[in-house]
Amino acid sequence: MKPINLLRILLAFMFVFVSTQSFAKTLKWSMQGDSLTLDPHAQNEGPTTQVSRQIYEALVTRGLDMSIGPQLATKWKAVDPNTWYFFLRDDVKFSNGQKMTSEDVVFSILRAKQPTSDFKEYISTISGVKAIDDYTVQIKTSKPNPILLNQLSNIFIMSKKWSTDNFVVAPQNWDAGQETFSATNAMGTGPFKITLREPNTKTVFKKNGKWWGNVEHNITEIQLLPIKNAATRVAALLSGEIDLVTDAPVQDLARISSSGGHKVESTPQMRTIFLGMDQAADKLRTGNTGDNPFKKKEVRQALYQAIDIEAIKKKVMRGLSEPAGIITFPGVTGYTKALDKRLPYDVDAAKKLLADAGYPNGFDVELRCPNDRYVNDEAICTAVVGMLGKIGVNVNLFAQTKSKHFKELKDNQGDFYMLGWGVPTLDSHYVFHYLYETDASWNKVNFSDADVDAAIRVMEGEVDLDKRNAAIAKAWKIVRDNIAYLPLHHQVISWASKSNVNVPIRPNNEPLFRFSSVN
Amino acid sequence: MDNKNLTLLNRIKDSDIYFSFVKSPTAIVSTVILIIIFFCSFFVELVTPYNPFDPSSLSLMDAFTPPSWTEDGLSKFILGTDGQGRDMLATILYGSRISLIVGFSAVIFALVLGVGLGLTAGYFGGKYEMIVMRLTDVQLTVPSILMALLVDGIARGIISRELHDEMAIYVLIFAIGISEWPQFARVSRAATLVEKNKDYVSASTIIGVSNLIIMFKHILPNIMRPVLVIGTIGLALAIIAEATLSFLGVGVPPTTPSLGTLIRLGNDFLFSGEWWITFFPAIFLVILAFSINLLGDWMRDTLNPKLN
Repeated sequence: MKPINLLRILLAFMFVFVSTQSFAKTLKWSMQGDSLTLDPHAQNEGPTTQVSRQIYEALVTRGLDMSIGPQLATKWKAVDPNTWYFFLRDDVKFSNGQKMTSEDVVFSILRAKQPTSDFKEYISTISGVKAIDDYTVQIKTSKPNPILLNQLSNIFIMSKKWSTDNFVVAPQNWDAGQETFSATNAMGTGPFKITLREPNTKTVFKKNGKWWGNVEHNITEIQLLPIKNAATRVAALLSGEIDLVTDAPVQDLARISSSGGHKVESTPQMRTIFLGMDQAADKLRTGNTGDNPFKKKEVRQALYQAIDIEAIKKKVMRGLSEPAGIITFPGVTGYTKALDKRLPYDVDAAKKLLADAGYPNGFDVELRCPNDRYVNDEAICTAVVGMLGKIGVNVNLFAQTKSKHFKELKDNQGDFYMLGWGVPTLDSHYVFHYLYETDASWNKVNFSDADVDAAIRVMEGEVDLDKRNAAIAKAWKIVRDNIAYLPLHHQVISWASKSNVNVPIRPNNEPLFRFSSVN
Repeated sequence: MDNKNLTLLNRIKDSDIYFSFVKSPTAIVSTVILIIIFFCSFFVELVTPYNPFDPSSLSLMDAFTPPSWTEDGLSKFILGTDGQGRDMLATILYGSRISLIVGFSAVIFALVLGVGLGLTAGYFGGKYEMIVMRLTDVQLTVPSILMALLVDGIARGIISRELHDEMAIYVLIFAIGISEWPQFARVSRAATLVEKNKDYVSASTIIGVSNLIIMFKHILPNIMRPVLVIGTIGLALAIIAEATLSFLGVGVPPTTPSLGTLIRLGNDFLFSGEWWITFFPAIFLVILAFSINLLGDWMRDTLNPKLN
């Protein structure tokens, strides 16, 4: 072998070695559950959106400070209260190199309005969308919509051609268990692209070299490795196997931050945890009384007052929760401190209410719970079972993984269940539209009130902010007085990471890896 | 009556087993430990005032109380409490009762099935023997914990969810029992092959005793020694298998925890300093399995040195 060839080989080896050492920045990210699907319109669920957000982009988006700013659209204007124009960037390419135009935007918005979409409630006021030219989109609303931008920030833009080629013009029908190409593959305009997807095991994101934006991160690869067991997740973090945990177990925060080489950040999350009680069924599916005790407000109030939320906060959440009186939190339009006050914890009053309602000996019911979605979800439910046992309500706990839990709730199988609700639009309308409106898609307690429905219509169409706020306040008072749901607490989230990993924590629990760095 | 008891006692005292037992300190110690554990587990209501299976008797504010001898401990909770405010000692004893019931039932199930098949296979021979023995070979290639997981998975599929919690314990017994029977079948077949050529069997055949009576009245008592030895060791294995399955979350439901479920639940608190929630059930399981194993070892040495 000629010496020069040997030198070349050596150089090649050195180059490979040096480049993998100094340029490849891999970030290993873990949480207890995985994204449910990669289809960006199929499931409106936290971790699912957290994954989609890295790959897909929307017309407008929330930045690190949670304020709305431009993303795929550079500017927009409303020519009249019902007609909006969005002017798109002309330099955006999908990760396969194809240019993004207004055709793709029109396609994506219409796709998100289809029956199998879980985002149709977001944009129910959009009555028409059309492409004016290659980079201008006109959106028409059925009535003036003050929160259109908030809503559009969650509608991800897909490629029309890619969707057509892969037979995913309609969103995956997640509720029916459909499997589609878009559920396991993704192709967006975002800063990262998916190169490997093994549900519940490993998802690999690679830096999208064709991204239009100004690259502020230094990450070449992200690996999402869900670890269900809390202790295992912490062990993986402490041993260096994982760089970032976006749901660090509350009981282990002290241990992690004392380890040296790791840091913990906490912030109040935009999510409220609550219990739902089916108020419409004539007979509980899992009951023993032959009727539905939850139909009576006294019963719902008895359950409410039997729950010692402070004990849950202290023992289960280790102080990292904020007891809640309504299913929304500071920062959302319509939230007030007065509304957020809980009914007092009072076992004797609860027993009396239950007896007055005709159930002096209590009743049986099953509580459905996820065990890998919210902070200490199963432990909260177990604690609730004990507390309700003290007033004679014999609760049988059924905890299961979130994908089954949500699917069966949507299938109307729950009498009594746990759910958490975040508000991505930061407006009360979102909560009412999903949870309280008659026959709304997540209104699984089957609450129905004509005044609330009327107030929701006002929230959608009223541009006079004073009138709109009055409608919101009225609606909150009605649902609160009716005890439509049993609120528990606002969640506090904690992220734990290695000290050299810098991922800004955000109150919606969504990491933005485009602003992150590994040093 | 008295006389008969006395003679039985004397017979025991004169026997080799008794002699070997009193000469073996490990056998004595493990028997004493097992008697204490069995008593406490099956008469747990006499030992502790708490009932961890009654959620309404618990108070969440008692949760995470450390053991009584530590700084924040309370004298009413000797071994502390878990995350739901359950007294650890009571929970462990109730849990070990479930573990023991499952262990014993699974071994008895495996023993009846295995000895039944092994004895008949050894006695009749031929194609029947071949089929039974190949079946054990096939099953021995599948690790028993996988076998148990398989059974549990199938049971989950066919039993409705409402019934599953009630059926869980029977499923567990069946799953562990079915994964252990080949041991019994092999040993009893081997022993039967030796026994069936002995003169007493030939004599019985000649005078026209039926096959069934020869097998179960004449051969069975003579092959029980090795079977009992395997049964004792199998009990320890069954208890550990139950703990493993429950640790994996496919065993008994968390509302009626067994030792394995308790260790799993406590596992979440290992890093946060609440070591007692997982430590005490684990050490209890170790002591239980270790004692049974020591007793099994001693039985093997005494009853059937050939198995060594």
